[in-house]
Amino acid sequence: MTQPFAQPFEGLRVLDFCWVVIGPMTTRYFSDFGAEVLRVESSLRPDVIRHGLPFAEGKPGTNRSGYWANYNSGKLGLSLNMGDERARYLAFRLATEWADVVTENFTPGTMEKWGLGYDALWEHNPGLVMFSASMLGRGGPYDSQPGFGPVLTALSGHTNFTGWPDRVPVSPYGAYTDFLIPHIAFTAVCAALDHKRRTGQGQYLDLSQLEAALYFAGPPVLDYLANGRIQTRNGNHDPDMAPHAVYRCDGNDRWCAIACLTDAEWRALAQTIGRPDLADDPGLAALDGRKRRESELDAAIEAWTITRSPDEVMQACQAAGVPAGAVRDCRDLFDDPQEAHRGHFVFMDHPEMGRYASDANCFLLSDATPEYRRAPLLGEHTEYVMRELLGMPESEFRALSDDGVFQ
Amino acid sequence: MLSPYRVIDLADDRGIFCGRVLADLGAEVIKVEPTTGDPARRIGPFYRDEPGVENSLFWQLYAANKKSAALDIASDAAREALRRLIASADFLVESFRPGYLDSLGLGYDDVHALNPALVYVSITPFGQDGPYRDFAATDLTGSALSGFAYLTGDPDRPPLRVSVPQFWTLGGAAGAAGAMTAYAHRVKTGRGQRVDVSCQQALTRTLSHAPQFWDMNEIILKRSGPFRPIGDGRNLRVNFECADGYVNYIQPGGATGGRGMAALCTWMEEHGEGHPLLSGTDFGTYGFGQLPDDVLDAMSETLEAFFRSRTKHYLSEEAIKRRVLLFPVNDPADVCSYPQLAARGFFRETEAPDGGSMTTLGPWVKSSERPLQLRRAPKLGEHTEEVLTGLGLSPDDIAGLRASGAAR
Repeated sequence: MTQPFAQPFEGLRVLDFCWVVIGPMTTRYFSDFGAEVLRVESSLRPDVIRHGLPFAEGKPGTNRSGYWANYNSGKLGLSLNMGDERARYLAFRLATEWADVVTENFTPGTMEKWGLGYDALWEHNPGLVMFSASMLGRGGPYDSQPGFGPVLTALSGHTNFTGWPDRVPVSPYGAYTDFLIPHIAFTAVCAALDHKRRTGQGQYLDLSQLEAALYFAGPPVLDYLANGRIQTRNGNHDPDMAPHAVYRCDGNDRWCAIACLTDAEWRALAQTIGRPDLADDPGLAALDGRKRRESELDAAIEAWTITRSPDEVMQACQAAGVPAGAVRDCRDLFDDPQEAHRGHFVFMDHPEMGRYASDANCFLLSDATPEYRRAPLLGEHTEYVMRELLGMPESEFRALSDDGVFQ
Repeated sequence: MLSPYRVIDLADDRGIFCGRVLADLGAEVIKVEPTTGDPARRIGPFYRDEPGVENSLFWQLYAANKKSAALDIASDAAREALRRLIASADFLVESFRPGYLDSLGLGYDDVHALNPALVYVSITPFGQDGPYRDFAATDLTGSALSGFAYLTGDPDRPPLRVSVPQFWTLGGAAGAAGAMTAYAHRVKTGRGQRVDVSCQQALTRTLSHAPQFWDMNEIILKRSGPFRPIGDGRNLRVNFECADGYVNYIQPGGATGGRGMAALCTWMEEHGEGHPLLSGTDFGTYGFGQLPDDVLDAMSETLEAFFRSRTKHYLSEEAIKRRVLLFPVNDPADVCSYPQLAARGFFRETEAPDGGSMTTLGPWVKSSERPLQLRRAPKLGEHTEEVLTGLGLSPDDIAGLRASGAAR
């Protein structure tokens, strides 16, 4: 037993080549909970979301993206020009002499091209855990196909399952699968680290973003494989629940979702909206009757919601035991009492951006409090890493710096 | 990787994925379920469309690699066995309403006294306390409160969820992440702790940069149908109709996007379906969302026409060859025939509920050290005897529990 109040990952060293979202969100768990995470970048080819909206005060800049800052809080910024052989050697030294974990989500082959493939590193650091998360996994006909998060929802089926049956499918907002996979990807890296702690053996983890994403849209795939059925998008309706929709409320683009899981919830809802006649209608007592008359019920419910605010609707339904949720827009989220109670948005001070909001983790631990620290500037800790972690003399650091190795 | 560890999984359909993730990584996950079967076993569709506790495909997917011990935890005798089981475990996962397990003497404080090293994971819609603690929730109402629905859907219709539920699956995944964080802490401190997951927060974390748009620029992003907003109220179409379904094409801007768009222009010209304005534009010089209005309009109309008369298979295969960033909008049948998944051997055969063979999803990560296991989901009570025997119960004790209805 070491110090009882140490952070869960204190002492862990992560060399992080991850970029965009899926990788950095995975490794942020480590920096939130005490690990030293070196985020390797280059000013010659910055992470694409360093130039992704939104920018503080709307002014673009490498160190001004709120998008980038959110997934890189608490990491150390290291800039290396990987086109230079000396930079690649320094990265190799960090991977073999310093790191417990190396992470990356490039197109397969990139790390090998730099001499940083797992086999090359393993020879010098057999306890190393290396994690790769390419779009489609290593091997196979499409593994070098370029792509990025938003297209994965098309491949995984999420896009086809989002929208109205009479219209072109929409997609869940943004690079949706990028935000699903980090939870399980991080779990796998932790399991590999625990395996190493017990056995001394490192390992290589190859994650295909597509394969992992399919676990978040899996039951219809099994339905096709077992029954040959091709399920599709269904608006907000559900085969096992009715009523089940998002209803217009008082105000501009204001809404509340209501769902009846049980017959009792339906009767309670009908009473709540002032329609005891519907509550007592035997034709609506069971799900199949309500499904047949779903549009009639939706109209009756909306006639009640349309004059009320989403929160009024939600509170009235919840008081009657009916599942209901006000539709929050992004401004509302900052005022949502439950998100606030959980401390969902964390505000940090940044030398260029000023105060900015970042997401907290979605779990609370009873015995450990994450340390949320601001995101680094590009290359902010390069000198620290070279001089303190690799023991580089100042003269050598200056010379390499002048040669553009740290660009 | 996690083979030394035991997980007691009390989570029903709402937290079921957490135990699956830990089981995939090698932990012994004992699903303690009601003697009538876990609620997840009643979720359709069913294998060969035959309802039954062993036939739910949802259960088959998310209970794979687990064991099943069927115990009625409302009975004192079964609860005593469960307490002993918990004393032998490293993790406990549950998804009941806050306070329910406390009422059975199995709340965090009770269990922590019994096994101070246990990691206790609770997966609920909103967490263990706060103003929404006792709110009833479903996937749809959770999608609303998390901010997800507002950003999803067509602008002229209500906000949407995904027709395949996401809320609990995401909460379960986050529970696994929390479990391993707490376990890493236990290695340092020797003590277990509680992991309190909020599915609302887990879904809020999928909103990309949208909350930051409000925080930094006071912009409230809105849903935009099959388009992506690119600033100044302008939209870029990303989902297109094709001859037999839909394809996705996002013009990302920059050098990569420029090369892909040039290749797409050449391809359309070869068929005499190009557009002079597009052929004359150097797309590489524009960042994402920076295209001039007239180019944007010409792009929409030319691409819509080109894609509409061709199949998703032809378009996506040709796109791969030409390195165009076009992808099929896969339905479940397309997923199952996607060549990359087949080449990586993703789909696997496993025992079907009727004893035959069925195809299912293979492991979601490949390990060079210890390939992930894949065992079919357990039958109801399949491991009850094994688990109780392991606790030192005699055959007579077990028969007694079964006779009283406390075990199955």
